[in-house]
Amino acid sequence: MLVHLQGPWTPLIGRLALNQIPYDNPVIVGAFIFSVAAAAVFAGGVTYTGRWEYLWRNWLTTVDHKKIGIMYILVGMVMLFRGFIDAAMIRTQQVMAVGPQSAGHLGALHGYMPPYHFDQVYSAHGAIMLLFAVTPILVGLMNIIVPLQIGARDMAYPYLNAVGLWLTTVGAALVMLSLFVGDFSHAGWVGLTPLTELPYSPGVGVDYWIWAIQISSVGTTLGAINLIATIVKMRAPGMIWSRLPVFTWTAMATNIIGLTAFPVLAATLFLLTLDRYLGTHFFTAGMGGNIMLYTDLFWVWGHPEVYFLVLPAFGILSEIIPTFSEKPLFGYTAMVFASLIIAGASWMVWLHHFFTMGAGPLVNAYFSIATMLVGIPTGVKVFNWAFTMYRARMRFDTPMLWAVGALFLLLIGGLTGMMLAVPAIDFQVHNSVFVIAHFHSMVLLIAFAIMGAISYWFPKVFGFKLDERLGKRVFWYWVVASIMVFVPMYTLGFMGMTRRLDYISHPSWLPLIVLEEIGIGLYWVALYYQVKQIYVSVRDRRKYRAGPDAWWTTRSLEWMTHSPVPFYNFAVTPVVHARDEWAWRKEQGLTSLRPDRYQDIHMPKNTPVPLILGALSFALGFGLVWRIWWLSALSITAIVIVLIVRSFDSNTDYVIPAAEVERMERQGSGASGTTDTGRYPADHTAGKRRFRAARPQNR
Amino acid sequence: MGLPKIKIADLDAETLWNDGHRTIDVAASDTTVLWDSSHHEHDAISTRTFGFWLYMLSDAMILAALFTAYAVLRHNYAGAPTAAQIVHPGYAFRETLLVFSSVLAFGLTMSALKQGSRAGVINGIVVSFLIGAAFLGMEFHEFSGLISQGITPERSGFLSVYYAIVLVHGLHMVFGLLWMAVMVVQIMRQGFTDNVVYRLLNLKIFWQFQAVIWVCVFTVVYL
Ligand code: HEM
Ligand SMILES: [Cu+2]
Repeated sequence: MLVHLQGPWTPLIGRLALNQIPYDNPVIVGAFIFSVAAAAVFAGGVTYTGRWEYLWRNWLTTVDHKKIGIMYILVGMVMLFRGFIDAAMIRTQQVMAVGPQSAGHLGALHGYMPPYHFDQVYSAHGAIMLLFAVTPILVGLMNIIVPLQIGARDMAYPYLNAVGLWLTTVGAALVMLSLFVGDFSHAGWVGLTPLTELPYSPGVGVDYWIWAIQISSVGTTLGAINLIATIVKMRAPGMIWSRLPVFTWTAMATNIIGLTAFPVLAATLFLLTLDRYLGTHFFTAGMGGNIMLYTDLFWVWGHPEVYFLVLPAFGILSEIIPTFSEKPLFGYTAMVFASLIIAGASWMVWLHHFFTMGAGPLVNAYFSIATMLVGIPTGVKVFNWAFTMYRARMRFDTPMLWAVGALFLLLIGGLTGMMLAVPAIDFQVHNSVFVIAHFHSMVLLIAFAIMGAISYWFPKVFGFKLDERLGKRVFWYWVVASIMVFVPMYTLGFMGMTRRLDYISHPSWLPLIVLEEIGIGLYWVALYYQVKQIYVSVRDRRKYRAGPDAWWTTRSLEWMTHSPVPFYNFAVTPVVHARDEWAWRKEQGLTSLRPDRYQDIHMPKNTPVPLILGALSFALGFGLVWRIWWLSALSITAIVIVLIVRSFDSNTDYVIPAAEVERMERQGSGASGTTDTGRYPADHTAGKRRFRAARPQNR
Repeated sequence: MGLPKIKIADLDAETLWNDGHRTIDVAASDTTVLWDSSHHEHDAISTRTFGFWLYMLSDAMILAALFTAYAVLRHNYAGAPTAAQIVHPGYAFRETLLVFSSVLAFGLTMSALKQGSRAGVINGIVVSFLIGAAFLGMEFHEFSGLISQGITPERSGFLSVYYAIVLVHGLHMVFGLLWMAVMVVQIMRQGFTDNVVYRLLNLKIFWQFQAVIWVCVFTVVYL
């Protein structure tokens, strides 16, 4: 039943062959040298400082939700960098390939990338940015913050959490590997059918795309189960639904989408896999296949997916804006319902991605109206944030700048989305770069929120703040760069420039395209300052040290434990009395972090099993991509055996005795020397307005 | 330490969904309990089964997508044999009976679990295993027959989706049998620990879910 393949195949190494390694392409060789150098520097650094054991014990085998979150974010950051390089390559190709006179290099007729290579770059860019950069970063943030916000010790299933991390990493690693061994899909991040079918894409590119997404989306689904169960089952006493912080609510809404939508993607990719491996006819152009079936199924996942990404960003804004407006969030209830309604409605609009495919006026009208209705809860949210800031004492620390910037992007992206929701307009601009500019406004909103979230919660996780001056500079470079790239892009969309062009036939578009290229240059500058900010902040971390309540006007539970957070989160589980418990305690003068009495703490033990499962999944993915059947069979058998063996291990937890907890708290082991009396370190006032000082201890 | 706890429930009425600018729901008093000293443990078993329900939901979505594909492709015969030519409702009905009796056996296993009877549980699992295996045997017979007649999935859209939907269900059944085998060993070695009990409960959910899916397969595909 196996399909007949073009090209050689051997039982031992499947489709692998030396000519699959593009050593003759200078761009890829450069990337390879860079990656090897980066890995060597990392490995050398670890060896030099003798940290391999530390790395193994504290990171690779950890089940601590905060460390897992940090690793998710690191994976996402690496992929964000890779995706950004892809973006720069796309822009550079376009600026070099305008008009028939433009020169060609490296085997390209125009520009420096032949179409087949260019297609891979934009496909990788889209897939990476959405699924391997932004998704892991957001999942990582939810991992770190949600258990803290609800007063839990860890996630509901710490071990599963680590499995999710490593599966996501495997997906990212497969995408990276496709750069050096074989090639990546050239069919867009959406996998246009029937282009992804074997006759039209006989190479391994599409297979890499399939398995990278398939494996990591298993991780995302498991993560969604974990977060929902955590929120439902692990809340501290008194944390009733109406007191749940809004970020946690949006995490809930997002993971409901994750739980329900990602399986649809899994099924869709599975059917495509059957087509490519066994020769079935689900999405083929003949023999009873149905191409629109793929398009529908893909977007049934695809549209909820974009809201999977945007809802945590909304949650982040809902945390940052009240803190720096020094007052509670306006319209909590409306905010919560809007999040849930968006999650539900995201299921009813998928067809707006292909109005032009001839569904007929009635169907288009339905989906057009449904799409516009999604704008209502989104609008409610915008007004709530605006009213939170209205007549507030606003402080523009770096997180707040990112949050306000995100609101502008939401406005632009939302309004252009509304335009696209009108089929009559969509027929004009569908598949043009106007659509690209629309969703980049949205995705940039998410990126802005992520940048805000990182600067906001960084002191919570690491105990010191990131440098504000450099952070603000990064922000402004991002703003100008985004304007430079995307305003011309909207314009070009109206002028009729279609998406995914490797050659641009209108020389008159050149000035706008040059503007976009300059914008890319500004992102590079922002990247430079970003690296510098991290370097400076880590170097001078004593100077930037932050107490439990790093921004002094924070409101939710995560600010009520030490910074950095000790591995057990809260020495004793807090009892919650109010919606913004920490703000409530501050107003009541109950800011002591020291409980009356300590208790034994149950914690899950570290385990290498998730990492092993990840390694086996990587072997499985690799074997399937290259059709090395023995490797695939071996690794899947090994996965099942590892799972069974692990299930016999009943010794997965340990107890920290109360006395030990007390000793650690007294020593401030987790508190890195900050005061735990609830009073704030003296060095933070420097010209800041702040909320009224905490009342002295009266107990 | 010995502070009386204020009843959280009293606060709720006041704070439930109240909106606007008030942060302070209640003022703290001497009796306010800030830290939870009741040493409550989260109920491990219910947390696990809840998560498994969520997993089943995600599995249901996979099958929903497959049934959608079936609805779209069901008449795309492309010259290959049609549903009426290859599907035998009577045969499938006997398979249905097997699925149901296996689930019934597993239900009895669960009542043995309630009585804490190790032998009862193991016997129950063995019986559901055997009936489940018989079901898979029938399925194997059906599909090897089709293949030997050259009616393979790559001949048409309909055959593709027919194979996919029935065999995805079959794969779930295989997985369930493997799980049962592991559970028998685990019960013999560890007895009814928390871990074993929640796994048995989850396996029950899983097994009944397979029956539900089979009912859908039977009605949609075979009838
Ligand atoms: C009010 C909310 C929104 C509306 C009304 C809206 C509307 C639309 C429409 C109609 C399209 C299809 C355009 C076309 O292909 O011709 C589209 C494309 C897209 N939108 Fe949105 N959208 C909204 C929010 C979002 C959000 C929040 C995100 C991401 C986080 C997003 C990401 C995307 C992406 C990625 C595409 C293009 C996918 C592709 O073809 O590659 N949108 N949007
Ligand atoms: Cu959409």
